Amino acid sequence: MSTSHGTHHHDHDHDHDHDHDHDHGDHGHPHAPPAPDDDDHYDRYEVLLQTAIRQLLDEKGIITADELHRQIDYQDSLTPAIGGKIVAKAWMDPEFKKKLIADPLKTINASFELDITTPLDLVVLENTPQVHNVVVCTLCSCYPRMLLGIPPAWYKSIDYRSRVVVEPRKVLAEFGTHLDDDVEVRVSDSTADLRFLVLPNRPAGTEKMSETELAELVTRDSMIGTALALNPKA
Amino acid sequence: MNAIEPRPGHALAAGTPVVILKKPPEAHCRTPFYLRGVKGEIAEVRGCFRDPSLLAFHKPGLPMRVLYRVRFKQKDVWPNYSGGPNDTVVADIFEHWIDPMPGAKT
Repeated sequence: MSTSHGTHHHDHDHDHDHDHDHDHGDHGHPHAPPAPDDDDHYDRYEVLLQTAIRQLLDEKGIITADELHRQIDYQDSLTPAIGGKIVAKAWMDPEFKKKLIADPLKTINASFELDITTPLDLVVLENTPQVHNVVVCTLCSCYPRMLLGIPPAWYKSIDYRSRVVVEPRKVLAEFGTHLDDDVEVRVSDSTADLRFLVLPNRPAGTEKMSETELAELVTRDSMIGTALALNPKA
Repeated sequence: MNAIEPRPGHALAAGTPVVILKKPPEAHCRTPFYLRGVKGEIAEVRGCFRDPSLLAFHKPGLPMRVLYRVRFKQKDVWPNYSGGPNDTVVADIFEHWIDPMPGAKT
C-alpha cells in the first residue's frame, strides 16, 4: 500500500470493519447475542481480528510494519484545520466557492497545494438560511477522512448513527444546535462512494474578519453539520 | 472525480419519482434497510461507480452502476416523524435498488 493511495484504503478498510461489527450473525453466542452497545465484546473481537490480519499481512510481505506506521502517521496528520481553511476561503471568495462545489477535490488540491487522491467522490453540501445539512453513515462510519482526518468517536457510535436519521432535531439540540421549524433539516446518509463536507453558514458579525480569523470559527462539528460555525465573540 | 458519466439516456433525471426496492440484500449491501420500500425522488445523478457489493469480494465490480442521490421526505420514511415539515433524508442509492414510480418518465 503506497502512501499516496493510503487514504482510500483506510477509508474502505474501516467501512468494512464496521459492517462486520454490526453483523450479528456469527459470534458463537447463539443464546446470548451481545447487545449492540456491548462495546467490550466488540473491542475484544475486533482487536483479535485486527491483530491476526496485521500479522498475516506483515508475514506475507503484503503490508509491512513500516508501511503501516507511515500510514498511521499520515492519517494522524490530517486534521479539521484543513477543512476550516477551505470553508473560510469559500466564505470570502464566491468564485472559489463556485469551483469548490462544482469539483471539490480538484479545487482544494489546486488552491491549497495538496495532493489528496481517493477513489471516492467528495461532495460539498452548502448550508443556506433555508437548508441545514447534517451527515451520517448509518451503515458504518464513512467520513471525509481525506480532509478531516479520523472521525470523532460519537460519529461512529450506534447512538448517533441510528438516531440522527430518525430524530435529527433532537440530536442536533443535544449538540446545542437549535433550528427554526421551517428550516429544512437535510440528513445525508453517506451510504456509498460519496463523502460529504458541510459548508456551514457564515456567522453574522464577521464581515470585517480576515480569512485566517474566519477559519478559527469553523469547527469540525460544523463541517459534519451537528453544529453551526462559532459566533465571533463566543 | 472518479465516477464515469452514464451513457446518454441511461440514467433517471433529477426529479423523477422513485421507490426503493424491497428485496433481500446482497452481501455488503449499501442500501439501508430503513429506506427499502420507501418512495422518494432523484435528487442528483452522481455517475457510474464500481459495484461495492462485488468489490467487497475482490471482484472487479462490473458492471458499473449508476449512483444517485435520492431524496426522501422524513414523513415518508417515518410516518410518526415529529420534526420540521420540510425535513428530508438524502441517501446514495445504486440503480439496481431503484424503481421509477408508475407513470414516471425515464
